[in-house]
This record gives sequence, C-alpha cells and structure tokens, in this order.
Amino acid sequence: MMEKKEMSETKVKRSILARLLPQLRSLSKRGPSGWMVIVGIAIVAALVTMTAIAPWIAPHDPNKANVGPLRSPPSLQFPMGTTALGQDMFSRVLLGGSVMLQVSAISVFVCFLVGVPIGLFSSYVGGNLDKAISLVIDAVYAFPGLVIAIAIAAVLGPGVINMALSIAVVYIPSYFRIVRSQVLSIKELTYVEAARSIGAKWYTILLRYVLPNVVPSIVTVLTVNFADAVLTAAGLTFIGLGVSVDIPDWGYDLTKGRELLSSGGWWVITFPGIMIILLALGFTFIGEGLSELLNPKLES
Amino acid sequence: MGLRSYVITRIILTIPTLLLLLTAVFVMMRVLPGDPVALHFEKKATPETMEQMRHLLGLDKPLWAQYADYIGGIVDIGYLLQHGYPNLGKSMQTTTEDVGGQIFSAFPATLELAIYSMIIASVIGILLGVAASKAYNSVWDHLIRGFGIVTYAIPVFFLGIILQLVFGVYLGWFRTGLRISPTVQPPAHITGLYTIDSLLEGNLMKFVESFKSLLLPSLTLGIILSGVFIRLTRTNMLETFRLEFVTAAKARGLKESTVTFGYALRNAFLPILTMVGLQFALLLGGAILTETTFSWPGLGRYIVDRINFRDYTAIQGAVVMFGLFVTLVSLVVDILYAYLDPRIRL
Repeated sequence: MMEKKEMSETKVKRSILARLLPQLRSLSKRGPSGWMVIVGIAIVAALVTMTAIAPWIAPHDPNKANVGPLRSPPSLQFPMGTTALGQDMFSRVLLGGSVMLQVSAISVFVCFLVGVPIGLFSSYVGGNLDKAISLVIDAVYAFPGLVIAIAIAAVLGPGVINMALSIAVVYIPSYFRIVRSQVLSIKELTYVEAARSIGAKWYTILLRYVLPNVVPSIVTVLTVNFADAVLTAAGLTFIGLGVSVDIPDWGYDLTKGRELLSSGGWWVITFPGIMIILLALGFTFIGEGLSELLNPKLES
Repeated sequence: MGLRSYVITRIILTIPTLLLLLTAVFVMMRVLPGDPVALHFEKKATPETMEQMRHLLGLDKPLWAQYADYIGGIVDIGYLLQHGYPNLGKSMQTTTEDVGGQIFSAFPATLELAIYSMIIASVIGILLGVAASKAYNSVWDHLIRGFGIVTYAIPVFFLGIILQLVFGVYLGWFRTGLRISPTVQPPAHITGLYTIDSLLEGNLMKFVESFKSLLLPSLTLGIILSGVFIRLTRTNMLETFRLEFVTAAKARGLKESTVTFGYALRNAFLPILTMVGLQFALLLGGAILTETTFSWPGLGRYIVDRINFRDYTAIQGAVVMFGLFVTLVSLVVDILYAYLDPRIRL
C-alpha cells in the first residue's frame, strides 16, 4: 500500500514535467499564436527569475544614495546610469520588479478566489439571486477601472496589499462574467443532467463537472488580468498612490524620472519603463495567443 | 416594441443602475475601513480639530443619515437649477468651495480630450483592423497585431512622456501642456470645448492654438486605445468573412472594397459599436493619467490634485461624476444600437 503511494507520487511529479514539455512543443506547432504563448511565458519567466535572484546579483544597495555621481548617464561602471540621488539605476531595475509582481500576483489571486466561486454559484443557482448579483457586478464592470482603484487605494492608504486589493475589486467582474457565460451554457448539457439524475450533489456537479470546462476561459482572463494589474499598479504609483519610497519600484522610478527629463536625463524613465512594458507584454502575449487558440469561431 | 418605447424603457432602467452606482461609491468611500478625516490630516491634528471637521462635513452622523444626505444632495433639483451643478458637498481642503462647481468647470476639458481620443482610436483601430483581417496570417497581419499588443502593454503616461519629448521638446511642433497657449485668451465659454468654441467665435488662430495643445494628449490616449479596436475589428471581420453573404457578394462580382467596407465591415460594426461604449470607461481611466502627464486641466487632473490634498469629498464627487458620464455614454450607445439593429427592440 505504502509502496504504491510513493510510486504514484513520483509518477505525478514526473508526469507534470512530462506533460508540460510536450505541451510547449505542441504549442510551437500551432502557428504564430502558439509561438506568442511561448514567447510570453519566456518573458515572464525571465523577469520573475531576475527579480528572484536580484538581491544576490545587484552590484549596489538600490536605496543607498551617492554610490556614484548624481544624475550620471549610463557608463561602464553604472550601466543604466544613476538617479538624482546618486543611486545605482541598474540595481534598482534588477530589484524593482518585486512590487509589481507581488501586487499583480496578489490581486489576480484575490480576483480568482472571489470572482470564480461567485460566478459558478450565481449562474448555477440562477433566478433572482443571479439577477441581483449580476446587476451589482455589471455596475462595477461598467465603471472606469482606474477610478475605482484610485478611490479605494486613496481610502485604504499605501502598501502592497492595499494596492493589490484596490486593483482586485476592478477585475473581479471579468472573472464573474466569463464564468457565468460559460456555466449558463454548460449547465444545460446532457452530461450535467446525467450527473444530476444519478443524484450528484450540487457542489460535486459544480466542481467536478462544470468547473473543468470553464478553466480554459478563466486562464485567458487571468493572463490578461495580470497585464492589466501591472499597468494599473504603475498608474496608481504614477499619481502618488504607490508603495513607500524606500522600496525600489519600477513604477516609482518611472514617475520620479520625469523630473530629470527636462535636463536631458532620459535613462531614469527609460529602463524601468521598458521593464514594465516587457512584463505587461509577456502576459498580454500569453493571453492573446491563448484566446486566439481557444476561439472556436476561428478554427478552420 | 417601437424605438420610442425602447428608449423610454432604457432611460427608466438607468435609474436603478445610477442608484446602485452612487451606493457603490458611498460604500467605497465611507463604509470601507479607513477614516477620511484622519487621513486628510495625516494624523497631525488634535482630536478636537478632527471632530470639528467631521461635524462640518456631517461625517459624525450615523451612516444611514450620511447616505441620505449624500443621495439627497445629488437629486436636489432646486440646488441644481440654482447653481447649475449638483450638490456634491464641500471641499475638505477649503471647506467653503462646492465640489460640484469645481467638477463641472473641469469637465469640458475631459470631454474634449475624450472625444478626440476616441476619434483617433477608432480611425486607427478600424483601418488597421480591417487591413489585418484582409491580410490574415501574413506578415502585415502579424505586424498590425503586434502593434495592437504593444499599445496595450505600454503605460499611457510613458507613451505620453515620449511624445512630449519628441514632438514637444525636440521638434517643438506641439505644446506639451495646458489647453491653449498661456498668452492666448481662451475662447468664450459656449460648449466648453475650446476647438468648437473658437470656431463658433470665428477665430481660426485660437482654433489652431487649442488644436496644438490638444493633439499630443489625444494622440497618446488614442494610440493606447487603438489596440483594443484593432483586435475587435480584426476578430469580427475574420468571423464575418466566413459568412455566406460575403461569399455571395464576392460571387456576384462586386468590387473587393465594396465587399470589405460595404458588406463585411457594416456587419462587423455592431459589436464594435458596443465595445466603443465599454471602452469609454477604459478611456476615462487613461484620461486621468494622460491629463496628469500633460497638465490638462480636466477631471482626471482634478482627482489627482485632490488626492495630494487628501480631499475625500472632492475625490468622491469626481468618482460620482465619472460614473454618471459612463452611464450616460452607455445609454446613448444602447439607443444607437437599437436604432441600427432592429432585433434589439423586439
């Protein structure tokens, strides 16, 4: 018995890897959309790895002022130049992704955790409850996202968690709507009716029969949502609702770097700007490629 | 149901939506944890001063009474007629100025920016989207799709700063801030939109001046938004090209351009129109950042300024105004949709 369990565990571990690799390989055979997904995954993976190992490879303390001359353009010693305080831009770029990554990951996680169950439940139950929930969600959905995020972030105050929460509120409706639209058609299918007729409980039907069929669309929303969260976080930081100044952050440097521009200091905004674009681009590539691959109307 | 009764039903249905929206804003600003007064003073005031401020703004009342004051103020028609703007409370910064008045004077600037950005976005988006769908899976298709994706991933303000740097600072063609040159007297207030007012005044110089200020911010916002339009137009056109009526039109020997624009695009246009309504929300979000980048004195700039003063009544008022604006636009888009597609009215 014991032996069998161990065997199945290693089997599972091996099978995850064994499953992922051929999937990536098969993606490459599915034309440009497949390649987009691969490139997107590569960009995101590279940026996450860079941020994770940054504390060990950064040449200077990113917050320490006067490690070099003030406002120095990129040179051999400071490959991305220095800030107005004489901080090393390269170290700040290496470490500055952690705020964006944390904020977007937490907000996507919260969205998923709130939006998907509400969507599943509401649309499966149907009736007036579903109508009421949809009405509220649609009202939030129609509202300018950044305005909601600004209002909530302004009330909650600064911080990674608060920023993530204010962004999450904006994107919960996207999850709710996609799940709901899928469940409404899936729950009428014969196999769900069959499950119901053999006496399966409602939660069993939702989790084992309905959810697996909704997952592909959720994954698409999720990746696009990651890109949106990154850009919203950058926007919040730009208008002064970001995290505190002693944490290196691409959004913060991009905002502050503007002040150097008039005197010709292009490097302080350029490098963090490119990093934000790359991160958002990576997620958008994945989302865009997946949605094209999964759109049945375009299958020929 | 005729068009008229559809319009009336749709307008009546807007009322619960509005009420929901106002309630949502109230919940966000007043019920969520976080004390506006404490945040306003950044904990630097004595409890007495803070209590005085709470009393002045009515924040010491129970929540339901605050809610009644808030809704009552907005629906107060008498106040609206007397002042020309709804009662959105007093500013926390000055405690004497009406938030409603400040918001209504900032609003035309945002409206003008929004209109021009929307025009730029739809022209770029629809043209490139059609071109991409015609060249499906070719190099052009990939390039246009790539452009669409990149516009989606660029922070609005980053693009704004780059355009400012290139066209404003280095080339000096356009102004990088404000609605009109500081040396020029703004046109008389008729619509509040400088480009239209200056034409109504018959003053071409003022038109050119305001256009030079308007171009960079609307280009920034327009380019960012165009990505969504490209994607939508492309997908819808691709789906439409597969329909039989397009094949039939081609079989009848109609010109390629007639088939594309007269048949396919016309059919693909309805979903695009619906999205224009939804994109308006995205546009207003982008407008906040664009206005901040270009010192454009609109509603977005107002909200950011007020955040710096921690003026919560003003932030709340501006959020309400954004919501009203979006609701109004979606009402107009729905009516337009019903007018164009009779099936909706059934």
